[in-house]
Amino acid sequence: MTWAMLQEAWRAMGANRMRTFLTMLGMVIGVGAVVLMMAVGQGAQYRVNQSITSMGSNLFILLSGSTTAGGLRTGSGGVNTLTVADANAIAELPGVQAVAPLHPGGAQVVYGPNNWSTQVYGTTPDYLEVRSWPVAKGYAFSDSDVRSATRVALLGQTVAKNLFGDEDPVGKTIRIKQSPFTVVGILAVKGQSLDGRDQDDTIMIPLTTAQRKVFGTQFQGAVRLVMIQAASQDVMPRVERSINELLRQRHHIREGADDDFTLRNLTALADSAAEMTRIMSLLLGAIASVSLVVGGIGIMNIMLVSVTERTREIGIRLAIGARQGNILLQFLLEALMISILGCLIGLLLGVGGAVLVNVITGMTVIISGSSVLVAFAVAGGIGIFFGYYPARKAARLDPIEALRYQ
Amino acid sequence: MAQAGQVIRVEHLYKAYVTPVGPFPVLKDVNLTVAAGEFVAVMGPSGSGKSTFMNILGCLDRASEGHYLLAGRSVEERSPDELAALRNRTIGFVFQGFNLLPRMSLQDNVALPLVYAGVELDERRRRARELLDRVGLGKYAESLPNRISGGQQQRVAIARALVNKPALILADEPTGNLDSHTSHEIMALFDELNSEGITIVLVTHEQDIAQHAKRQVRFLDGQIVHDGPTEVAA
Ligand SMILES: Nc1ncnc2c1ncn2[C@@H]1O[C@H](COP(=O)(O)OP(=O)(O)OP(=O)(O)O)[C@@H](O)[C@H]1O
Ligand SMILES: [Mg+2]
Repeated sequence: MTWAMLQEAWRAMGANRMRTFLTMLGMVIGVGAVVLMMAVGQGAQYRVNQSITSMGSNLFILLSGSTTAGGLRTGSGGVNTLTVADANAIAELPGVQAVAPLHPGGAQVVYGPNNWSTQVYGTTPDYLEVRSWPVAKGYAFSDSDVRSATRVALLGQTVAKNLFGDEDPVGKTIRIKQSPFTVVGILAVKGQSLDGRDQDDTIMIPLTTAQRKVFGTQFQGAVRLVMIQAASQDVMPRVERSINELLRQRHHIREGADDDFTLRNLTALADSAAEMTRIMSLLLGAIASVSLVVGGIGIMNIMLVSVTERTREIGIRLAIGARQGNILLQFLLEALMISILGCLIGLLLGVGGAVLVNVITGMTVIISGSSVLVAFAVAGGIGIFFGYYPARKAARLDPIEALRYQ
Repeated sequence: MAQAGQVIRVEHLYKAYVTPVGPFPVLKDVNLTVAAGEFVAVMGPSGSGKSTFMNILGCLDRASEGHYLLAGRSVEERSPDELAALRNRTIGFVFQGFNLLPRMSLQDNVALPLVYAGVELDERRRRARELLDRVGLGKYAESLPNRISGGQQQRVAIARALVNKPALILADEPTGNLDSHTSHEIMALFDELNSEGITIVLVTHEQDIAQHAKRQVRFLDGQIVHDGPTEVAA
């Protein structure tokens, strides 16, 4: 029974190929668009989540200078108001797990005939802990390296690749702003940051070395920024308050005067970035879904035409004993077949499109099993929803009226 | 008042069509009883209501008033699905215009009532083949209806009407579209079916076709004006 009906539906679809194809096209485009948009959206979400994990958890960033307007970078250029002593004082606050002062600067790095321009961070070993950033090869510099300001460097993977190629950098000597440094280790791959920077394009050296021998600050002990890790998510608001109080006190800032530092909750920022991409991908999916609905209306339209055209056929079927349910099922199956087949083709196109987007733009795209499942479920739902009305119209035809229809 | 052996019993049947200018009465108090195994020819001028009557007998249309008992059971209060089952199993209807489905092979056309009866594929094939062989068209089983002649199409339609082994065959001018030679071939088939015990009610305009029946009923203006055994032609 079911097999015979499937055959019937197939035959009916084949009877008017061009029309079936054009009807299907609505579904094809709709499903293709949804799959493509979901792939792009989920890819973006994946990248953001990846960056967030790579950032480290429960983080604050403390910048010298006040930023009343704009983003992270605007205010951080000015005077260096933060010191290592500030960082050490913050480390003593309850709820603070680790503190890493940072002194960054751009520098030209040379090894043999190769040179590379990168970001050099003067910091302490704690920084690697705060960022949960393991060393892939060799070892990290130690607190004693920081105390004695030795010329040792940890290379990010991008820098290592560009300076050394296939050569093993550990133990080799590179020049950072003309001064020689011994490479003691290579950092593990970190990937992109939230703002799309390559985090592996970096070199880390002891903070003191950066301050005294590479970038030379106006006064000893000044740092541009400090990364602070709270013990847990829950204590973050309290830690934020106590850092603010502590610094205002230490910097003798009077009541009502502006801060000379900026404290940001990076974890909260990251969460809102994740929320943004989630909403964006939902929005993309919703817009694409509109074309699915349009496709469904196309199916309904053609099924209505088909019912009218085949009134006589329906009459004959009723005359030889088809029940209303048989006719209903026949037309419903036909609508379902068109939408499922359209969905299948749309799926292929959507996946193909996603691969193309990946190849051309390098964007991460993710086609999950669930999005494929959703596409089929929606296509099936649309087939039934938009096929039901025409099918019911067919089933309710009066046998004798239908037989008289010319 | 149903009696054993009565296939059709119609009492005080009225039918009026609904038209934009009001009801249009077509059948006015029709009474008819047909016993099992009878072969009845229905005659009468054009517009006298023969087709209207046949459609009601075939459960394709409903009467406006009156009673119709099919095989001893009243038809009026049956649901659409029950009527469909009657059309499927109890009645075989043969139309003037054959009414085969154009996109299906002859075998599938013949087997279609079996689909609605819930018969398995293999059994459907077997019975459709058997009936096509019986009407002499076994070798065209896979052809489409438009590849064979009108007479052959009517044979296929009869095969389809027979496929569920109905007790009653209703035929509305089955030879109306055929030449006289082919008509008599078709009538020979009806004779054969009747001799096997199938009840037949058949509408025709032609006296020589009606000669095949054992009883003749004449309609005039929506009423039966004559009902009697077929007189042997002079
Ligand atoms: N659906 C309908 N709506 C309105 N009037 C109808 C309808 N069908 C038939 N009629 C009218 O009913 C009358 C009887 O029609 P019917 O088809 O039963 O006649 P008939 O005896 O079969 O004629 P014929 O020999 O030409 O086939 C005719 O006057 C016809 O115009
Ligand atoms: Mg007629």
